[in-house]
Amino acid sequence: MKKIVIDPLTRIEGHLKVEVVVDGGEVKEARCSGTLFRGWEIILKGRHPLDAQRITQRVCGVCPTAHATASSFALDDAFGVADRIPDNGRLLRNLILGCNYIQSHVLHFYHLAALDFVDVTAVADYDGEDDDLQAVKAFIGRGALGPFVPRHEGDYRFSPEVNRTLTAHYVQALRARRLAHEMLCIFGGKMPHSATIMPGGNSEVPTMDKISTFLGKLSEVQNFIDTRYVPDVLAVAKVYSDHAGVGGGCNRYLAYGSFDLKGENVDPATRERLLPQGLVTADGEFQKIDAAQITESVASSWFSSPSKLHPSEGETEPDPHKEGGYSWIKSPRYDGKSTEVGPLARAMVAYSLGAEPLKGIVDSALGELGAGPDALHSVLGRHAARAIEAKIVADAMADWLLALKPGEPVCADWAVPDEAEGMGLTGAPRGALGHWIQIKDGVIDRYQLVVPTTWNAGPRDEEGQPGPIEQALEGTKVKDADNPFEVLRIVRSFDPCLACAVHVVNAHGSDIRRFRVA
Amino acid sequence: MIDVQEYPAVWLQMSGCSGCSVSVLNTVAPSIRNVLVDELVPGKHVNLRFHPTIMAGSGEPAVDVLLGGLPQKGYLLICEGAVPTKDGGAYGGVGELDGKHLSMHEKTLDLARDALAVLAVGTCASFGGIPSGRPNPSGAKSVQSVLEEAGIDVPVVNIPGCPPHPDWFVGTVVGLLLRGLPGPDDLDELGRPLVYYGKLVHENCPRRADFDAGKFAQHPGQPGCLYELGCKGPMTYADCPTRQWNDGQNWCVGAGNPCLGCVEPFFPDGFDPMYKKISEERLKRFAVSSKE
Repeated sequence: MKKIVIDPLTRIEGHLKVEVVVDGGEVKEARCSGTLFRGWEIILKGRHPLDAQRITQRVCGVCPTAHATASSFALDDAFGVADRIPDNGRLLRNLILGCNYIQSHVLHFYHLAALDFVDVTAVADYDGEDDDLQAVKAFIGRGALGPFVPRHEGDYRFSPEVNRTLTAHYVQALRARRLAHEMLCIFGGKMPHSATIMPGGNSEVPTMDKISTFLGKLSEVQNFIDTRYVPDVLAVAKVYSDHAGVGGGCNRYLAYGSFDLKGENVDPATRERLLPQGLVTADGEFQKIDAAQITESVASSWFSSPSKLHPSEGETEPDPHKEGGYSWIKSPRYDGKSTEVGPLARAMVAYSLGAEPLKGIVDSALGELGAGPDALHSVLGRHAARAIEAKIVADAMADWLLALKPGEPVCADWAVPDEAEGMGLTGAPRGALGHWIQIKDGVIDRYQLVVPTTWNAGPRDEEGQPGPIEQALEGTKVKDADNPFEVLRIVRSFDPCLACAVHVVNAHGSDIRRFRVA
Repeated sequence: MIDVQEYPAVWLQMSGCSGCSVSVLNTVAPSIRNVLVDELVPGKHVNLRFHPTIMAGSGEPAVDVLLGGLPQKGYLLICEGAVPTKDGGAYGGVGELDGKHLSMHEKTLDLARDALAVLAVGTCASFGGIPSGRPNPSGAKSVQSVLEEAGIDVPVVNIPGCPPHPDWFVGTVVGLLLRGLPGPDDLDELGRPLVYYGKLVHENCPRRADFDAGKFAQHPGQPGCLYELGCKGPMTYADCPTRQWNDGQNWCVGAGNPCLGCVEPFFPDGFDPMYKKISEERLKRFAVSSKE
C-alpha cells in the first residue's frame, strides 16, 4: 500500500493538495484539501451592499465575471429590479460572462491540462517555418526549461508531429484567450476584475464602434474554437481513448443555467437560459431545480457550526480540532446527495432535455469516436463538454452582439433598501454558482457563496458519501505511483478553482489529522 | 548556440486570487510568449522556474525547485498575494514535503533572503489588499512588512493594482534587465515605479472637464464626472486613463464606473464604501505626496 501526496497540485487555480492511497495499482481512498484561508464572507460583513459585486470578483482572478454576475443577480433580487433588466443590460451581461467562459475554457485545456498529454520537448527536432515553434525550439536549445520542466515522465502518446502541432496551438491559444479578455474589456472596463456589471444591468453602453471591434475579435476567437480547440480535444480523445472510461464521479449533475434569454422572470429556477438549468440523477432522470434542496454538510470539515444548513442561513465557525474532520472545504449537497457541477453537468442537463445545438454536436462527436453517451462520465467527457460549450457560447455571442441597441437603456434604476434578502444563481465557467445576501440597516449582514469547486472538491458527509472528485479518483488504476498521470488528469479534468472553494475556510493547522498508511 | 544570459525567477502565489497572473498573461508587447520563451531583451532570458498555475510539475518535482534548486543571490522573487501570518502561517501553504507544511510566510522569508530583489505584484502583495480588509481573518500582510519584521534587507519594488496592468509588471522586469535595480528617483515613497504610478488618475481623466464644469453623473453609466459616485481618481496614482486596459480597449471610468483606487494602500478599507463620495475631511488623510 502506498500513499501519494501531491502538494501543490499545480496547473489549477489556487492551492490544492490531493492524497490518494494506492493498493494493488488502484486508488482505494482519496482526499482533497485546500491550503489557503482568506475569509471573504467575513470580510464582506458590514460593508455596503453595492460593494459586493466588486469585492466578490476578487475571490477569483480567473472567473471574477461569474461572481459579478451572481452577485448582481442577488442584488437585483434584493433591490426588487430582477424583472426590469433592460435588454441591453441583459445582453451586455451575457456578452461579458461569455468572454469569461471562452477565456477560462481555452486557458484550461491548453495551458492547464494539455501538458499532461502533450510532450513539448518534441519541438527540439522541429525544422519548419512556424515562428512560434522556432521560438520554442530556441528556448529548448538554451537548456533552461522552466516552467515546462521538471514534470512527470512517461505517458505521452502523440507522435512528434502531433506534439509539435499541439504545442503550436498552445502558443496560439495564448492569443485567443487574450482576445477574449480584450472583448470583455470593451464592455466591462477592464479584465481581470471588470467594472461594469451592476444591479439593474450594466454601466457601459453599446456604441457602433465598440460593437465593430468586438465583432472583429470574436470572429477570430470563433475561428480558433472551430479549427483548433474542438478538433484538438477530439485528437486527445482518440489517442487517449481509455480516458473515456476513467474519472467518472457520482454521475449526478446539477446546473443553475447560464445566460438569460429574457429579462422579466424573477425566478432563476425557471428563467429561460441559453444553457438550461436542471438536475440529472445517477439514473439519468431529469428534474427541475429547487434551491431549497441545497444544503452544506460540515461532517468532515473543520467547522463546529451546524451541518446541513441552507446557504441563506449558512454559518462558518472554524474548529481545527473537530473529531473526524479532514478538510476545510464544506460539502454542498443537493437533496442530500453528492452532485457534480461544471461544463459536463451543463451538457448532461441539456442533453437529457434534447436541447439543440448541444445534442447534435455531442452525438456527432460521440459518433466520430465510436463511443456511446456513457463515455461522457469521464476525463474526456469533461474536456469535450468544455470545448463544445465554448463553441455554443461563442456562436450565441455573435447573435447577442448584433441584438444590442445603441442609445437604449442599459440599466434599471434602483435604491438600496435598508432590509432585504436576495439570491443569485448562475453558471460560472467551472459550474453552478450561487450567492446569497442579507441586508440589515443598509449594510451586508450575511453573505454566502456556494461555488463550483466546493461542490466538486468537498469531503465526505454524514452518510459517508465522498465528494465528486474523491469518487472519481477512488477505483482508478494507477500504472506508476511516481508519475501518477491518471490522478492528475482526473483532478484537472474538473478544472478546480481553489481560490473559490476555500474562500471561507482554513487550510492545514499544525495538528492536521491525516490518515496513516499501513 | 548564442550566449544568452539566464535570469532565474520564482513566482509565489499566496493570499490572492491569481488575478495578477492572469493579467500578466494579457501582455501585448512584449507578448507572453516573448516573456516566457524568448529573450525578453536581447541576450537575456527570464527563466521562470516556479509558477503554480503554469508549471508542468506537481507535488515533489515542483517543491524541489523551491528547496535547493535555486542559485544563491541569483534570482528574482516575484510575490503575488498577501502573506497570511496568523497562527504561525497555518492559513496558507505553498506545498508540502515529507509531511511538512511549507507555509507561505516561512517560504517568503526563506526565498527573499537569497533573492537579488523582490517584486511585490498586485495590491495584496504590495499593501495587503482585500484579504487584509477588516477584520483581516488570516492576518494578511504585505510582503514588505513581513520582510521588515524579519529584518531581511532586500530591495522590494511594489507593483500594485487589483490586478496590476500587465505593462506595469512586464515593463518593470524589462527595466531590471536593461538597467538593473531602480534608483531612489525611479520610485515613489510607496516603492512604486513613477513611470507608471507618477500621476493622479484625476489629472489625465477624460472626464476632468466635467469635474471642472460641475457636471456630475448620478448613476453609474451616465455621462459626467463620477466623483459624486465615489470615484477615487483624485486620490489614486496610476496611468490607467492614458494607458487604458487590455490593449487599449477601455478602463473603469471610461466604462462609466468610478475608479476604486485599487493601486493605493487604502484599498479597500480606507476607500470604503466604494460607491460613496469621499468627504473633504477624509480626503486630507489620503494626501500622498508624489515626486515629480
